Amino acid sequence: MPDESFVGRALPAVGPFQVGREKIREFAAAIGDTSPLSLDLDVARAAGHRDLVAPPTFSTTFTMPLIEAFLKDPAFDWDYTRMVHGDQRIVFHRPILGGDDLFTTIHVDSLTTRAGSHMLTLRCEVATAEEPVATTTSLLVTQA
Amino acid sequence: MSVEKGTELPPLELHLTRADLVRYAGASGDFNPIHWSDRIAQVAGLPGVIAHGMLTLGAAGRIVTDWVGDPSRVRSYGARFTRPVLVPDDDAGATVTVTAVVSDVSDGIAKVDVKAVFDGKGVLGRAVAEVVLPD
Repeated sequence: MPDESFVGRALPAVGPFQVGREKIREFAAAIGDTSPLSLDLDVARAAGHRDLVAPPTFSTTFTMPLIEAFLKDPAFDWDYTRMVHGDQRIVFHRPILGGDDLFTTIHVDSLTTRAGSHMLTLRCEVATAEEPVATTTSLLVTQA
Repeated sequence: MSVEKGTELPPLELHLTRADLVRYAGASGDFNPIHWSDRIAQVAGLPGVIAHGMLTLGAAGRIVTDWVGDPSRVRSYGARFTRPVLVPDDDAGATVTVTAVVSDVSDGIAKVDVKAVFDGKGVLGRAVAEVVLPD
């Protein structure tokens, strides 16, 4: 049984994760995204961006490993081997750009058990040292 | 660009092979073995290896970013993962058909409903992107 005392808590912020240009290009290639704004620095700058623009789902590259580490922590008692991803939302306060130094704080928003499944909502607040960048919300489901 | 409720975006067809899943695992850092091992997928109760939900979501999102031309115009994006996309160990892989339609336009922001269909059934639920339209 996952530890309900985590609900409502925020884990310590992790970072900085530096958004590398090659990571943006690698991720874009992996989802088949050919937008020149994610690949070509000259095109991105000509469009008014400081650096390459990450594809909208890029944040998963640094949020999911943190989520995985939390869910594999025996202290939380979550069955990672039977987990499926139920729902994912990403809200941008500004786009993620190459060169960003990002800090991620996981908030354990809710944990419910219904019909033989544990349903966990984790919210990641992603920010630079100066400003909020994105809020991602993941619903994760595992067998009870 | 003239955009109104009901505007249909150019459709997109995704082809996902095992190689694409391996590439996505490396790029995303999601090495969950249900996305590369039939043995472990079956232990987890699946018929076989399935695509990462985030790969389907990310690749389907190209219907929106290709259309609007600049990924920084996407203000929000998300979906439920309603059904798995089974990816066979062959050269053809899985085919996912993506369509999208504008469901609302207000204050320069278009709400786009995205549908992704695999094997005749939807694999994303309530898939919506909010996009800032060019002036």
